[in-house]
Amino acid sequence: MKIVAVCGMGIGTSVLLKMNAEKVLRTLGVEAEVEAADIGVARGMSRDAQIVLTSDELAPEIGDVPAEVIIIDNFFDLEEITTKLKAALPE
Amino acid sequence: MSESLADELSDDAIMLNAPAADWRDAVRRAGAALTATGSTTEEYTAEMIAAVEELGPYIVIAPGIALAHSRPSPAVLNTGISWVSLASPIEFGHAANDPVRLVVGLAAVDHDSHLATMSNLAGVLSGDLDRLLGATNPEELRALIRENSQ
Repeated sequence: MKIVAVCGMGIGTSVLLKMNAEKVLRTLGVEAEVEAADIGVARGMSRDAQIVLTSDELAPEIGDVPAEVIIIDNFFDLEEITTKLKAALPE
Repeated sequence: MSESLADELSDDAIMLNAPAADWRDAVRRAGAALTATGSTTEEYTAEMIAAVEELGPYIVIAPGIALAHSRPSPAVLNTGISWVSLASPIEFGHAANDPVRLVVGLAAVDHDSHLATMSNLAGVLSGDLDRLLGATNPEELRALIRENSQ
């Protein structure tokens, strides 16, 4: 499974999102590769990803990709990330 | 860049209870602190503001917290971080996480050099924000950060 964490610049928010998503996935026992990406390369990287994590403002910029786009409001809230990832993960 | 957030935040990198008129002013303060530590030139501050003008207030990543940053550029001299707590909360225009009480400024020379500090930052900021914002001097703030880094 491939997950892409997207932010505007690729050094800040997406890195935090990637770290916390990895933490959640470890707890859930899910094997997945999480990559951080800036908005410029996100669309390309999201083509072969199953899940894209991003913020409300950036979601429209990612456009139409096959991956499920999940919007995270609080990047530090592991519960929010857990709930939203769980809902998107295949059974 | 040191791996520890507390070590990274020198006195120059910290502004506590800073007054700010609006979100641009708040980001400017975080940029001024980065410049004061020698991490960036003043141009980087303009780049951080331009990033929000272009992409929206997505840098407000959690309730009350903005992570002001732009991308690696010639305006970044060294990877660095700054910490600006605001005297009064400021609206950034974020639907879920306004108003902002803490602006963390981030400058990175590449995509990897700051990862240990970011991991430390993520741990610290998932803790009690009110307690961190209660710090009245840099030494107290560093002590609280160290406490939350365990």
